[in-house]
Amino acid sequence: MNSTAPLDVGDHPHITFPQGLDLECGVHLAPIDVAYRTYGTLSEKRDNAIMVCHAFTADQYVAETHPLTGKPGWWTRMVGPGLPIDTNRFFVICTNVLGGCMGSTGPRSVRSDEKGDGVERWGTDFPPITIRDMVRAQYMLVRHLGIERLFAVVGGSMGGMQVLEWAVTYPHMMLAAMPIATSPFHSAQNIAFNEVGRQSIFADPDWYGGRYWEHGVVPARGLAVARMMAHITYLSEEALTRKFGRRVRKDPSNAEAPEASLSMFSDIFEVESYLRYQGSAFVRRFDANSYLTITRAMDWFDLAAEHDGELPAAFAGTPVRFCVVSFTSDWLFPTSSARYLVRALNQAAANVSFVEIDTDKGHDSFLLDEPDFDRTVRGFLCGVAEHAGLR
Amino acid sequence: MRLDQRLIAEMIEPGTRVLDIGSGDGTLIDHLFRLRGCDARGIEIDMREVTRSVAHGLPVVHGDADHDLAHYPDGGFDYVVLQRTLQAVERPREVLRQMLRIGRHAIVSFPNFGHWQLRLMLLFSGRMPMTSVWHTPWYETPNIHPCTIRDFLTLCQEEGYCVQQWMAVDEDGERAPWRRSIRLANLFGEQALFLLGRKEDCEPEKPARRRK
Repeated sequence: MNSTAPLDVGDHPHITFPQGLDLECGVHLAPIDVAYRTYGTLSEKRDNAIMVCHAFTADQYVAETHPLTGKPGWWTRMVGPGLPIDTNRFFVICTNVLGGCMGSTGPRSVRSDEKGDGVERWGTDFPPITIRDMVRAQYMLVRHLGIERLFAVVGGSMGGMQVLEWAVTYPHMMLAAMPIATSPFHSAQNIAFNEVGRQSIFADPDWYGGRYWEHGVVPARGLAVARMMAHITYLSEEALTRKFGRRVRKDPSNAEAPEASLSMFSDIFEVESYLRYQGSAFVRRFDANSYLTITRAMDWFDLAAEHDGELPAAFAGTPVRFCVVSFTSDWLFPTSSARYLVRALNQAAANVSFVEIDTDKGHDSFLLDEPDFDRTVRGFLCGVAEHAGLR
Repeated sequence: MRLDQRLIAEMIEPGTRVLDIGSGDGTLIDHLFRLRGCDARGIEIDMREVTRSVAHGLPVVHGDADHDLAHYPDGGFDYVVLQRTLQAVERPREVLRQMLRIGRHAIVSFPNFGHWQLRLMLLFSGRMPMTSVWHTPWYETPNIHPCTIRDFLTLCQEEGYCVQQWMAVDEDGERAPWRRSIRLANLFGEQALFLLGRKEDCEPEKPARRRK
C-alpha cells in the first residue's frame, strides 16, 4: 500500500536544519524541517522583520491563497500592503509550527534511522513537543535569515502563546510583542476541551492506534467531531445566535413541504449543518496526529511553571514592549486571563499596553472585521517604530 | 493640552519614568515622551480612550486607580500622576499610599470643594452646590470623595507626605495667585495641584537630593 496516500498535502517551501533540535522532553529531533512563508522585503539593516505566529489549526499561509484549500490566507485582512501589518514596510515571516502538518516536521513526517534513511512515519511516536520547542524552531529560522533582532512577534490564541514564549525565551531578540486573545497558561477548562477532542479521535475506529495511514484511511469522523466541538469554543453565543438562531434547514427540491425530507437526526438546524461543514472541511487539511501533538503542547503551556508559579518573574527586567489584546465575548481565553498577564507585566515593570476590544464575535474576533482592533495593531506597531527611532 | 496639564508637565524632570493614572486621550504622556524624553505610561478606565491612545502608539493599560495600582512594583516610577480623579476613587487615602509606593513623587490635582461659590450656594440655597466644575447632580456624580485644599493638606500631614510644591489653579487650569496663604487658596482656588514626596524627602537633616 502506498503509505503516503491519505492526506498527502504536497510539498511546502521549507528549510531543513540537519543539526535538529534538542526538545524540552529530552529527545534530540534531527533533522527538522521548518516550512515558512515571507511577505514584504527585509530592509538592509534587517530591522523590519515581524514574526507572525499562527493559531492551533492555521498555518504559514497568512496572506496568500492556500495551496491546498484554495481559500484566502487566514490573516489577509491584517497582513498586506497598506494593511495594519504593512508589508510595504515590514518583512513578515510565518512558520508552520513544529508538530504541524503543513510542511514542518510533525507526526506525519517520515522519520529517519541512524543512517539517515527514511524509514516510516512518526505517527504517535512523534516526541511530545512544547510551545517553547515551536519557538526555538522559529528562532533557528530567524537566525538563518540573518536577522539579529525581530521588530515584533505577533499572534493570536496559540499564536499568542508563542509570542509570550518568544518574549520570555528571547527577550533581546525582539522589540515588541503582541499577544492576542491568549493566556500565559492553559486553563483546566482549555485542557478539558482539548481532551474531549482527543478522545473523539481515539474513539474513531479508523484511528488504528495512530497508524491510520497503514490502512489507507484517516480518522475523519473523530477529527471532524473534535473540530466541531472546538469550533463552538471559538464563537460566542451571540455570534451563533446572530448567524443561525434556531433556523431550520429547508429542502429546496421539495417546495411543498421543505422540512418533510429531514429525518430526526439529520442536520435539521442550520447551526448543525454549519458545524458539519466545518468538520468535514477540516479533515481534508489537518492531520489527526498533529491535532493530538499540538493540543498537548498547548496543555503543557504555563509560563510561570519555571518560576514557582510567579508569573512576573518570567518577565523580570524585560526590555520588550507589550501590547496585550483581549475581546469581550471571548470565553475561551477571557479578558480575565489577559488582565492576569497584564498585571504580571506591570509587576515586572514592563512597558505594556492593554486593550479589550468590545465585540460579540467570540475568540475568533482577531481573525474577523474589528476596526478598533486593526487600529490598535497599526498604532502599536507605529509607536514601537517611533520609540525605537525607526523611520 | 490643558493648562493644568502643562503645569504638571513642568513639575516633571526630563528623562524620568512617569505613570499617568487616568491618562484620558493620552495628551500628557504623549507630551512627556515627545518633549521631555520621559518613559511615560498611562492607565485609563474608559476603553474607548485606551484604544485611541494605543492606536496612537502610546503605552496605555485599561485599568483604574482603585484596583490596578497594587500590581505595580515599589519605586517603579519617578512620578505617578493623578489628574482630577482623586475625588472619584473609592479609597483616596489608599490610592495616595499606592502612588507614593510606586513612585518617588506623586502629582495630584483635584477640584477644590472649599471654593467660595460652593460655600455660598450651600449656605444660601441649602442644596448641593452645582457649578461649572461640580456640574453633576448628587445622585449621579462620580465624585464620591470631594475635599478641600485644607482637607487634603491635613491628610498629607497625617500620612507624613512631604508637600514639595502646591498651587491653586483656576477653572481653565491657569495658575491662580494664592500662593502665600492656604486659607485664601482654599477660598478662591477652583482646583489644586500638589507635588508630594515621601516622608524621608522632607526630613530637614537630609536635604532632598535631586535625582537624575
